[in-house]
Amino acid sequence: MKRRITYFAVLAVGLCVFIVVIVMTVMTGLVRDFKQKNHDFVGDCVVGTESLVGFAYYEDFMKILQKADFIKTVSPVVRGYALVNPRQTEQNIGLEVMGIYPVRHSQATGFGDTLYYHKNDVSRVFEPIEDPNIWGCVVGIDRVLVRDAKGHYAYSLAPANIELTVSCFPLTAKGALAKAGTGLVNIRTFYLNDHSQTGLARVDSSVIYLPFEQAQLLCGMAGPIKRVSSLHIKFKPGVKLWDGCEKVRSMWREFTRRKAGESQAHLFETVAVQNWKDYRRGFIAAMEKEQTIMIVMFAFVGLTTVFIVFVVFYMIISHKSKDIGILKSMGVSNLDIVELFSGFAFSVGLLGSCIGTLAGWLFLLQINRIENWLFENFQFQLWDRTIYAIGDIPNQVSFEVLAVIVFSAVMACLAGALVPSWQAAKLEPVEALRVSLL
Amino acid sequence: MSKNDIILETEGVYKSYRMGAADVKVLKGVNLAVHRGEFLAIVGASGSGKSTLLHILGGLDRPDNGVVRFEDRDLNTFSAGELNRFRNKMVGFVFQFYHLLDELNVLENVSLPAMAGRSVAAWFACRKWAKDRAGELLEQLGMPDRADHKPYQLSGGERQRVAIGRALMNEPRLLLADETTGNLDSATGNDILRLLKQLNQAGQTIVMVTHNERIAESAGRIITLADGKIRRA
Repeated sequence: MKRRITYFAVLAVGLCVFIVVIVMTVMTGLVRDFKQKNHDFVGDCVVGTESLVGFAYYEDFMKILQKADFIKTVSPVVRGYALVNPRQTEQNIGLEVMGIYPVRHSQATGFGDTLYYHKNDVSRVFEPIEDPNIWGCVVGIDRVLVRDAKGHYAYSLAPANIELTVSCFPLTAKGALAKAGTGLVNIRTFYLNDHSQTGLARVDSSVIYLPFEQAQLLCGMAGPIKRVSSLHIKFKPGVKLWDGCEKVRSMWREFTRRKAGESQAHLFETVAVQNWKDYRRGFIAAMEKEQTIMIVMFAFVGLTTVFIVFVVFYMIISHKSKDIGILKSMGVSNLDIVELFSGFAFSVGLLGSCIGTLAGWLFLLQINRIENWLFENFQFQLWDRTIYAIGDIPNQVSFEVLAVIVFSAVMACLAGALVPSWQAAKLEPVEALRVSLL
Repeated sequence: MSKNDIILETEGVYKSYRMGAADVKVLKGVNLAVHRGEFLAIVGASGSGKSTLLHILGGLDRPDNGVVRFEDRDLNTFSAGELNRFRNKMVGFVFQFYHLLDELNVLENVSLPAMAGRSVAAWFACRKWAKDRAGELLEQLGMPDRADHKPYQLSGGERQRVAIGRALMNEPRLLLADETTGNLDSATGNDILRLLKQLNQAGQTIVMVTHNERIAESAGRIITLADGKIRRA
């Protein structure tokens, strides 16, 4: 019976560690992947504005940035909104326009890696084979292809021969409609030449990438004083994010001070220099919040574990009160009794943690195969791949997280054992010898 | 016998227990002297306070009032550490119900007192000595082939022998036996008594409590505890 209780204690600790290892690994993996995707989408640092008007003199500032020894590359981006109409259809889809220089943008961000057909030849991503006289464009993959239940897309051998008519409302530097009274919209036609899969659901379902100058024209930013929405910056390896951004911020302050008073200088007021985490804070924060909630929930699971371990140890030590009396009659000190049970708790915690960790690790190794099997046999999926932009379930075990879990489990066992063992140690030997007094 | 021969003595020892609302006075001024090398039997009826007195003599319990002196040192003045050392080195207990640890085998049970009070490193250092000493004791007690057995695999008499072996492990100056034969049949009980006598003849001081006057006759001196006081010495 006594041994069985010990096995139950090891099992309880093992199960809790098993669950926490799996959930924390998956959640941490999801957040890590999500952050990485956002980092890849944005680059290291962004000098940009939320305003659709954009800001001017970006070329001058780019020249300054490119001279800085800590900056690898800078990519200007035009942002706006467009109605996109696939030729010969009645559809009008509202998409976010991103005007980019593909090569430069691929150096500043992970854009090139998100492409399917031009992954190795980014420079030609806007050059359709069908008609070199028409510009190509790239559309977020979820706007073009349907993701199946396993999260796969049905790619064709070549880009679909689709002409897209893109209509934008160009704005003046003052934010007014640039073509008021004349026809209001700028219209251009592009061939769909590739799709981009960033892994960010919102981006992949709402963005159309156009050649930089074309986007500038469409959005009304190509006047005598050209404007952009943002500059995406990639730092050289070894440059710390915070330090790099601080330097850019300082350079931007100096630049705006020098440009003060010039035409359209008022547009600088809405421009902010942010690192990629702050720039995408609105998206990352939600995910981090989910992770925090998970951690809090599992902290409660941890507390429950402490209580279970406490009860188990209380029972074990209650059963051992006679033995404690025997030991004390031989001169074993209170501290030795506490040490004895703490050592026992430590062993239970360590053994349970090792079993839980090993089982969790093995489960994580097979988690995607298990999910596939469940889907094929029972149509069960943890995340519906037709809805969520998740490929495989993250199963990369973080040793830091693992160390924290194991340490917490062992500490929980020690905490659970401390009160009953101290209570037992405090008993007078004759009291302890009277069994079941605890 | 001279005053110097006294290994343990008590003066006016009182002890009472709370039983619900009532205060039960168990010992009412016990005066007692145990001489070095003697075999003393304390006889008394059930509930007369024999075991309580034995626990107080062995430092397992404290008197409400009175003095217990071991080799002229008052146990009441002992710190917790000194009391632990006293229980570990100076006295050996043999209980009526053996009180062996079920998880340990016979050899481990016997060598347990050598482990108590030692750090892990010190225990590892003296492990071989403890094993040899426990082996010697088991041989002396006539059960060398039982070293690897668990207590539940032994008869009552064998368990009591193991308990005696454990009590002798640290070569205590005083052996305290609480109704040692109370749980055994008469033949086995006699064996145990013979063993205690042999130990006493070899110089071991023994204090044994029993309710059985026939068993007490094995001792060199008998005192009777009645109504919380020594009645006949």
